[in-house]
Amino acid sequence: MNWILVPQQLVNGLMYGGTLALIALGIVLIYKSSEVFNFAYGHMLMLGAFLTWWFAGGARTGNEPISLPLGWAIVAAVLVSVLLGFLIERLALRPMAGQPLLAIVLMTLGLSQIFEGSVNLLFGVTPKGNFPSPFSPSDAYTIPVPPVDGESIVFLDRIQIGHTRLATFVVAVVAAAIFMLFFQYTKIGLAMRATSENHELARSLGIKVPRIFALSWAIAGITATLGGVLLATLSGVSVNLAAVALVAFPAILLGGLESFPGAIIGGLLVGLATEIVKAATVVEVRNSADIAPYVLLLIFLLLRPEGIFGRHRIERI
Amino acid sequence: MLKINNIEVVYSNVILVLRGVSLEVPGGQIVSLLGANGAGKSTTLKAISGLLRAQLGEVTRGTIEFDGQRIDKLSAEEIVRLGIVQVLEGRPLFSHLTVEENLRAGALFRSASESSIKHDLDEVYHFFPRLQGLRHRTSGYLSGGEQQMTVIGRALMAKPRLMLLDEPSLGLAPLLVQDIFNIIKRINEESGVSILLVEQNARVALKTAAYAYVMETGRVVLDGPASQLAENADIKEFYLGLTHLGERKSYRDVKHYKRRKRWLG
Ligand SMILES: Nc1ncnc2c1ncn2[C@@H]1O[C@H](COP(=O)(O)OP(=O)(O)OP(=O)(O)O)[C@@H](O)[C@H]1O
Ligand SMILES: [Mg+2]
Repeated sequence: MNWILVPQQLVNGLMYGGTLALIALGIVLIYKSSEVFNFAYGHMLMLGAFLTWWFAGGARTGNEPISLPLGWAIVAAVLVSVLLGFLIERLALRPMAGQPLLAIVLMTLGLSQIFEGSVNLLFGVTPKGNFPSPFSPSDAYTIPVPPVDGESIVFLDRIQIGHTRLATFVVAVVAAAIFMLFFQYTKIGLAMRATSENHELARSLGIKVPRIFALSWAIAGITATLGGVLLATLSGVSVNLAAVALVAFPAILLGGLESFPGAIIGGLLVGLATEIVKAATVVEVRNSADIAPYVLLLIFLLLRPEGIFGRHRIERI
Repeated sequence: MLKINNIEVVYSNVILVLRGVSLEVPGGQIVSLLGANGAGKSTTLKAISGLLRAQLGEVTRGTIEFDGQRIDKLSAEEIVRLGIVQVLEGRPLFSHLTVEENLRAGALFRSASESSIKHDLDEVYHFFPRLQGLRHRTSGYLSGGEQQMTVIGRALMAKPRLMLLDEPSLGLAPLLVQDIFNIIKRINEESGVSILLVEQNARVALKTAAYAYVMETGRVVLDGPASQLAENADIKEFYLGLTHLGERKSYRDVKHYKRRKRWLG
């Protein structure tokens, strides 16, 4: 281990983990409310990033009418994603109510292919490097590290935090906090938590269960778009974003599928694991940072199969 | 208030479960529906509340009227909004939510203001003082009696005019059953809620209700004022487990009785 790099990588990991945590929340939300594991989520995220890029005028060849400031472009993309979330639930999933769960999950896989095809058709297959960012990549805060032990930390006297990274982290944290507060303290949040436990019971209390499903898809559209924007800010827009979002899966499994706090902790852990591995001295290990989340998941699930916050069913007899 | 006319219910298009059930719940009254396992009591309640459809059940004949309006074609969500709420069998809770969150969940569809919800919560705590101290507990860890109270309280939060109760005595100690039924009676008297009470515990049910129906394999086989049914020999023998001497009958005798009845019927 290259110890002098560790503090810097910890910070990077935390920043990256924040974005993963936000992304993971959206998958957990849909899983909780309808028990559907949404394999189209990575593509929803990618689509959200493309929409933002397009609304911000990224595709401009000179005559497109739309070129919004980044903030408004994000708002516009979020609105489209929310609408899309409602439509997916209404047109693709509701007609499948009562079908086996596997069929519905396969439907989400089908949707992901439709999204990928549409994006390729609409925006072309080449990655876009011009995702609008308010920060220049070289802007960074520098935190001086006081020498702890004159010898070992001699090379590292500061940690750098890029403005972009910091901004993505702050946005992710704020969005995740709003998300959690919404669930804990609003009526709709309560209706969603209730529905996630027992559909028939919720229906017997007059809660419109299909509407709750639709709403969870719409909210997942918001987290996906925000997550997409954050990832695109760091690495540009391309169809590959959908694959990058796959790292949210081990994050969720680590946290335990049905838990929001679990998704957040899982996201942070995966972020940290990925970045810390990059501080390894052995080059092969360093280059395998991408599989670090899965190795972590493998070890973890052997020890605790239900995840960190996995719920045991409460049973009283 | 509630009028069921000769309904037939079929599950999954093939399983005929109710074969012509008629019953009536007059406004402000407690009416009891008795019957053995599998007689179709829960099915009857779900036919009223509209929850049948989620289980692939369907009312294929007959009508259900509430205040003169036909409701057998309405969805569960619409029926709750008319003022009919069903308390499902087995006192199901949102077990990861607290007691108070469970209660609030009962009022979600009403879009009532926070102050009126607070007021309604107080009313529930008035009927179930024990719940007040438990309001922030995770409901899944409550005792059976406390769970039953929460479930009835949650139904009250819907401000119903008709409450459908499915076996509230299930698995509770006799003393607690008495408590719960006393409260059910008080809810009926003080809040004016009509109640259709499904029970296997005929003894308590007949003491609480004004009128009762007895079901057997999808049909109503007997009905009358509760006091009268409590005197009826068949009821005494079969459902109350008493012989004419007032002794408890053994399970074997009851089984024999059942078999004999099947042969004769
Ligand atoms: N969803 C369903 N699909 C098919 N058959 C069903 C369904 N629900 C109930 N039944 C059948 O309908 C019959 C009546 O069931 P129901 O639950 O109404 O009886 P019950 O009188 O409430 O009995 P218990 O006292 O045991 O609760 C039973 O034979 C049952 O197997
Ligand atoms: Mg039943």
